[in-house]
Amino acid sequence: MRLHDLFALFRGPSRTEGSAAAAKQRLQVILAVERPLTRGQPDFLPSMQREILEVIRKYVPIDERKIKVEVEREADISLLAVSVELPNSAFSRAV
Amino acid sequence: MSQVIVVTSGKGGVGKTTSAAAIATGLAMKGKKVCVIDFDVGLRNLDLIMGVERRVVFDFINVINDGIRLQQALIKDKRVEGLYILPTSQTRDKDALSREGVERVIEELRQEFDYVICDSPAGIEKGAYMALYFADEAIVVTNPEVSSVRDSDRILGILNSKSRRAERGEPPMKQHLLLTRYDLDRVARGEMLKLDDVLEILAIPVLGVIPQDDMVLQCSNLGLPVVLEPKSTAGQAYMDAVRRLLGETVELRFTTPPKKSFVNWLLRRTA
Repeated sequence: MRLHDLFALFRGPSRTEGSAAAAKQRLQVILAVERPLTRGQPDFLPSMQREILEVIRKYVPIDERKIKVEVEREADISLLAVSVELPNSAFSRAV
Repeated sequence: MSQVIVVTSGKGGVGKTTSAAAIATGLAMKGKKVCVIDFDVGLRNLDLIMGVERRVVFDFINVINDGIRLQQALIKDKRVEGLYILPTSQTRDKDALSREGVERVIEELRQEFDYVICDSPAGIEKGAYMALYFADEAIVVTNPEVSSVRDSDRILGILNSKSRRAERGEPPMKQHLLLTRYDLDRVARGEMLKLDDVLEILAIPVLGVIPQDDMVLQCSNLGLPVVLEPKSTAGQAYMDAVRRLLGETVELRFTTPPKKSFVNWLLRRTA
């Protein structure tokens, strides 16, 4: 044991000890913020959105801004969420 | 069928060229016909790492823009059968890499080779983008260090959205993690991110873990791909990665610290 190590025994844990855990935690936090901004949506989404809109329009008159297509990525799965806001009249007429 | 593999990372200095050279050489040692291309226009280094810098006459950019035939630019390795190097230009800039030109060269190489390894430049500019655009698989070279892991994550996003496969809606590119400069002692002391940490964050399968090894510098001094130095632990780990790339199941080595037995201690003292 060198003198340096002997002193370390009395000093207790230093600030840098186990810093890998801090690295992991910092990465997880920053990537949770950055991923939604940098992971672009696949390029087929705009055209798929257009086609879905056309199909819905065949039956219900809707505004093209009222359809939202999103992809959420997680480690194992991707989730495709399509939400369409219909006007109130769309269903009242059918009943 | 021919496979085009990009070796990429985002961050510079993590070992892309060393890895591209080692994996290309390893694949050729396994009997495959391999071409390794340098995409770092203006800052070429693959020629040095492969030890062929004095044999460059024509390059990738000449083939794209100046009517030079591929056969005139390809350098045949003298050590390993079936290994060819396509160097890039040291004087031109990245704009010389047209998408159509790169596509033409890669398609021609696909006819001839089992594997086309694209050594990407650092960054996310045109050279890096061209290196990954036509790839079927990606090897993401990462150091166990915060900035490298963050940049790798960014590159994974680009592979998934900006490659030709992504644009055409084809099945996504196969992605592999290659963790390099892994220092077992520092991992054991909790000073360095461990493999499991990096896997948890990047969520792609691991192709290999390359231990920190002083021989890597010595091999680059000599222009020797590190797999040609059997004593190198990094070289052995790269060969394991090559076998995994070929579909073999090979257990990870150099990921747990060697037991500190008396014999080991004695060996180290006398070494």
